[in-house]
Amino acid sequence: MTTSDDLARLVGMGRIGRRDLIKGAAAVGAMGAVERVLGRPAGAAMPKKGGHFKMGIGHGSTTDSLSPVTWENGYTLLLCFAFANYLTEIDSSGKLVGELAESWDASPDAKVWTFKLRKGVEFHNGKTMTAQDVIDSINSLHRGEDSKSPAKPLLSAVTGIKADGDNVVFTLEKGSADFPYLMSDYHMPILPSNGDGTVMADAGIGTGGYKVKHFEPGVRAELERNPNYWKEGKAHFDSAELLSIIDVAARTNALTTGEIHAMDRCDLKTVHLLKRDRNVVVTEVTGTRHYTFPMDTRAAPFDNNDVRLALKYAIDRDEIVQKILRGYGKVGNDTPIAPATSFYAELEQRTYDPDKAKFHLKKAGAEGLTVDLSAADAAFPGAVDAAVLYKEHAAKAGITINVIREPNDGYWSNVWMKKPWSACYWGGRPTADWMFSTAYEAGVAWNDTFWDHKKFNQILVEARVELDEAKRAAMYREMQTIVRDEGGVVVPMFANYVGAHSTALANEGTVAGNWDSDGSKIVERWWFA
Amino acid sequence: MDAVLKMVAQRLALGLLTLFVVSLIIFASVEMLPGDVAEEILGQSATPETVAALRRDLGLDRPAHIRYFEWLGDMAQGDFGRSLANKREITELLGTRLWNTLFLAGYAAVIAVPLSLALGILAALYRNSLYDRLVNSATLTSISFPEFFVAYIMIAIFAVSWRWFPAIVNVTAETPLDERLYKAFLPAIVLTMVITAHMMRMTRAAIINLMASPYIEMARLKGLTRRRIILHHALPNALAPIINVIALNLAYLVVGVVVVEVVFVYPGLGQLIIDSVTKRDIPVVQACSLIFALTYILLNLLADILSILSNPRLLHPR
Amino acid sequence: MAVTSDTPRRSPARAVKLLRESPWSARFGMAVILVYVVAALFAPAIAPYGETEIVGAEYEVWSEQFPIGTDNLGRDMLSRVIYGARNTVGIAFLTTLLAFLIGSIAGLLAATLRGWVDQLLGRTVDVLMAIPSLIFALLILTIVGTSVINMIVVIAVLDSTRVFRLTRAVSMNVVVMDFVESARLRGEGLWWIMRQEILPNIAAPLVAEFGLRFCFVFLTISALSFLGLGIQPPTADWGSMVRDNATLISYGDITPMIPAAAIALLTVGVNFVVDWFLHKTSGLKE
Repeated sequence: MTTSDDLARLVGMGRIGRRDLIKGAAAVGAMGAVERVLGRPAGAAMPKKGGHFKMGIGHGSTTDSLSPVTWENGYTLLLCFAFANYLTEIDSSGKLVGELAESWDASPDAKVWTFKLRKGVEFHNGKTMTAQDVIDSINSLHRGEDSKSPAKPLLSAVTGIKADGDNVVFTLEKGSADFPYLMSDYHMPILPSNGDGTVMADAGIGTGGYKVKHFEPGVRAELERNPNYWKEGKAHFDSAELLSIIDVAARTNALTTGEIHAMDRCDLKTVHLLKRDRNVVVTEVTGTRHYTFPMDTRAAPFDNNDVRLALKYAIDRDEIVQKILRGYGKVGNDTPIAPATSFYAELEQRTYDPDKAKFHLKKAGAEGLTVDLSAADAAFPGAVDAAVLYKEHAAKAGITINVIREPNDGYWSNVWMKKPWSACYWGGRPTADWMFSTAYEAGVAWNDTFWDHKKFNQILVEARVELDEAKRAAMYREMQTIVRDEGGVVVPMFANYVGAHSTALANEGTVAGNWDSDGSKIVERWWFA
Repeated sequence: MDAVLKMVAQRLALGLLTLFVVSLIIFASVEMLPGDVAEEILGQSATPETVAALRRDLGLDRPAHIRYFEWLGDMAQGDFGRSLANKREITELLGTRLWNTLFLAGYAAVIAVPLSLALGILAALYRNSLYDRLVNSATLTSISFPEFFVAYIMIAIFAVSWRWFPAIVNVTAETPLDERLYKAFLPAIVLTMVITAHMMRMTRAAIINLMASPYIEMARLKGLTRRRIILHHALPNALAPIINVIALNLAYLVVGVVVVEVVFVYPGLGQLIIDSVTKRDIPVVQACSLIFALTYILLNLLADILSILSNPRLLHPR
Repeated sequence: MAVTSDTPRRSPARAVKLLRESPWSARFGMAVILVYVVAALFAPAIAPYGETEIVGAEYEVWSEQFPIGTDNLGRDMLSRVIYGARNTVGIAFLTTLLAFLIGSIAGLLAATLRGWVDQLLGRTVDVLMAIPSLIFALLILTIVGTSVINMIVVIAVLDSTRVFRLTRAVSMNVVVMDFVESARLRGEGLWWIMRQEILPNIAAPLVAEFGLRFCFVFLTISALSFLGLGIQPPTADWGSMVRDNATLISYGDITPMIPAAAIALLTVGVNFVVDWFLHKTSGLKE
């Protein structure tokens, strides 16, 4: 197993060249660190075809649709990976590999990216995929003024996309060493072009392993295997059914009674009891998902870094991981970069220290501080409880935290980034650059701490085009230190993906850590033993 | 009878007015909620730019009253419109779900109404007996647990331990009736437990209330049996409040089953309206609300007609 | 209670006599209510630990130190159940009372005055009731914000519609009676007729309703907690406590039964007492 620590070290020792990282075919898992902590190894046998697979998913809404720009929850994630493909893909060991792109190459300044497309790939409607489909898929949905795609910011640096035979060439305004990673973003599937610059966005037609037979938003999707699937050794089930089962107890009962074969998001409170069931296997994967408490660094008292430090010292991360995650996670260190992310730097772990908190409070002249912390379980499961625990911890440092339970309804539009201090979660991004430029770079839309740190911003831009890997690693290390010591975010924990499945299922032996349910590709990767 | 017909016509007209006011209130409330459909669809991934683009796309940049009257005009022509969130026809979204909801409500009602009437009459008949107290305590206990709690207990016993019934109700439009009845049995029983106590107690109370009336006294003096007094003299006169409570509970079965739907993963209207409120999907919220309101109005109209027919004094007011 | 003004004037001696005559079920009910009231009033003195204090590991088993274990954060369950009495019962009782005050007065007015008052009140209530109350409560609380006061008022107003309908329905039967007619002809005032002639004759179903409404209000609050709008944490309330631990039921753990049982016991107790009142007010002495 390659962890990214090892990787960083390898890079530091010059064992992996920059060209290797840039060239897709040889890329070594920069987001490595996929750990299989629990569950019986089930990957030894050869995959078998057949069967009707039923999955219970703790997400899904009646307002879901098949249009990629509206995808926002775990249900649509599973659905999109079942019926569509992307230019690139994160494989189950965390490596970036080509999917519809066979390979790719970059100009030395990382400004021009050429993706070589796979030949003879067919859409479900029989049309053969061409460079034009790729260009229209990206352009019509994710670029341009009228685009409402969540992926739009990812492509803001793209100035042009053009076809070059079987290749698609992206031109960027500024160099970006991690660009191929962005093309694996789940909002950007390759869909069939209508020939007029638009694509069939709502049809549910892709190049994926399963055809969408029937989709009832918020209830179920029925899938059947695409007999012409180009990918070898994938998509084993004859048919599959994705059921939206929001209530975790209902999901668990459905699994134990055999109504479904797999579920995501186990109830952490009772997962130890679920493990006693001999027909059920619980899998746990450490990934990049983290839960945070972002502060508005423009607003008093959070504009004072000593107050921020006091709050960072006033939380007992170990207890939070123990009680909120029931141990299914890892303590955070006030940076969003997980061990599974590229260029993770091992910094000294910040620990619970009420005396240091008091010291910083005194320094800020803010003794007897009282602050409001807004939370709802919509932010992350257990957010309200986590806030209540935090309140108890902070009390020992002389800080009064008023926990305000906000309604789940409308949390993201009314509370997060609106209230000065709230709870939040991040699915995590596979690369440090992607994570930082999503939520920490000054002025970006989701900079939920409204943080503007000159030095940090400067290094971030430099690191994107830095050619020397050792230097780049050092730069990301420095950025993580700055976020930890001067940022506006408290990161108490990284949460594992905990799912469960029936013993009737088998998989390849490694389970991806970038999303729930084997990178949300369980339908493509697993089979009935 | 003319009086009744006149009342029905009057009430139907008023019903239309009620529907109009309901649609106005719902529209205004959803408008007043912080955030709009554009922000909610994009969720955590909303940026000012993408939100603005989506608003333009959905026509949300126009003033609220214009959008309301447009919707009203379409409604008047029988066009429910499309969901803002996923652009599906609302009639298509509602179709199977409405049928599912009505099916479950009807299922529960068929069990609960006769059961609670029988229990209530018996309790009045054997008032203050051990039976009376037992039935009272049992129904009260069942009603005092939150619905999801009762549902979890039923699932734990009948689905997980004994495997008699499925833990989730996985039905599609093609599911045959007998299978549907079998799969939906547990939720129907949970709903029965939720509404029985109310109806049973009201039956009992209404009958007992009449027992002090002079005419019952008269019947008693005539030497009639308790059973005869209750069934032939008290019950017909107690029907008005009983029918009212039954109507209320039936309406509840249609509109109030969100929690049971969630626990049994039953695709009904409750989940649809909650999801749509969450996403501020006004046309869908409106359509659901109107269906709920219509159910309520019709059930009440029925209850009032029955009440009047059961009470000659109301039928022929002086 | 708003609806018991018709019970006989009570002197201490009479009260003792009443109590002595009361059946076992009513005594049981009163004992339960008394225990809850004491628990609610003296919670800080009775509870072994603080309401929000974290005193142990999560989900500790029943022991001498924690008689019924600890909850998911390691707070003492017993202490939280005791504090829960204060928050849950107090709020539900106030809400029910307010709902009855609004609903029964409006219902009596509608039935007695009839005409346009009846129409106006009836139509308003129709509109309010035609909207699913949970959805409506969710909408309004999201708009005005969740505070205990807002919650009490919103739920009371929505719930009073049910009381209104019932009051009006049973009053209508009474209003057409001859004695009301004669009181009218005597020229008695509106309030007098409502209080002296109608209320005593409709008290029974209203009292019966009170016990159930109390329980429904309680359930509404817990359903709102389910949607994240109920009582604010870390305040202990039974509804949220049941919800938080409900998944344990599937594994045969009875911890979530305790707050649920506390609710059930109170409901049964209140309704036993209500039944007794019903018995008294219906004037039946058999």
